[in-house]
Amino acid sequence: MNDTPATDLAAIPTFVLDRVGQVQYEEEGGFPVEHGYIWTTCAATENGNPLFWDADVAADLTDGPIAPPTMLSVWFRPHHWSPGRTEPAVPLQAHFDLKVDLDLPEAIISSNTITFHDPVRIGDRIRSRQVLKSVSEPKTTKLGRGRFWVIDVEYLNQNDALVGVESYTAFGYRRNEGGAS
Amino acid sequence: MTRDLLHGDVSVGDTPPPLGVDVTATTVVLGALASRDWRPMHHDKDFAVERNGTQDIFLNTPNQAAWFERYVTDWTGPTGRLGRMTFRMNTSVFPGDHMVFDATVTGTHVDAVGCGWVELDVALMVGEVATTTCAVRVALPVDDDDNPWNRRGDAWRPGTEGEGST
Repeated sequence: MNDTPATDLAAIPTFVLDRVGQVQYEEEGGFPVEHGYIWTTCAATENGNPLFWDADVAADLTDGPIAPPTMLSVWFRPHHWSPGRTEPAVPLQAHFDLKVDLDLPEAIISSNTITFHDPVRIGDRIRSRQVLKSVSEPKTTKLGRGRFWVIDVEYLNQNDALVGVESYTAFGYRRNEGGAS
Repeated sequence: MTRDLLHGDVSVGDTPPPLGVDVTATTVVLGALASRDWRPMHHDKDFAVERNGTQDIFLNTPNQAAWFERYVTDWTGPTGRLGRMTFRMNTSVFPGDHMVFDATVTGTHVDAVGCGWVELDVALMVGEVATTTCAVRVALPVDDDDNPWNRRGDAWRPGTEGEGST
């Protein structure tokens, strides 16, 4: 990768810069956190952690049943179908907006960090919101020339307590032409 | 029943026991549906081959996260509380693969509010290939009276780097 200044990419539009740090796309998950999905997830991974199977252990350690932390995004994914919807819901809409607004048609997620805060409990209503954290200067990688950006997806419960943050680093780019790397 | 791991039991360089799993189509489909991932490349082989250009359906990322969690908490016991995971996906895991999780402890410290942290580099291996790597930060009890799950607010700092290292 190099960061040689170039004039081939347009400057970042002001309306994109204005989004940095602003909350976008705040949405509530389609259903409350439920035990069935927890058991199904534990079954899918043969996870015998008694915290998720034994009510006494859960009462002792976590004041009642909780969901496995890595299930954070499960509570927010839309149903495959719901009444009245004609278009599929797109996760991480802020990412797709940047591809359009920066005129960078290709993009990859280069890394993903999940930070876990308050436990998610049965019956919680989880909502998420997207926050653009940064957009880089132009960079060149083996994929092409473009910009890196970081988007945080924050997850909160019905009491406004933060339960987790997923941070995505993406690279939006135009493909190299002529086989340059 | 063995007691749960305590922070003082762990040292840099320790290697938790590996976990081997034979991946089947059921592993992939069950994991995708459990994580509410309806995209066809995780249940429809024709779609995966013809549209994605892969050899078969493949494990989705949220389900891989759940496997990493299972692997780490098999080692820590239920008092182990995940703080942070950073993933890097290199290639896919398919039915017929034998995946092996292994890990090395890369750091331990007690933070400024007394929480005992362990850092691990975990790899999901298929043969000699690390298909996914994951840097994990997990809190362990510092003594028999400590329970990381009781930490709230400022007493739980999963994103803060290791000040107060020991």
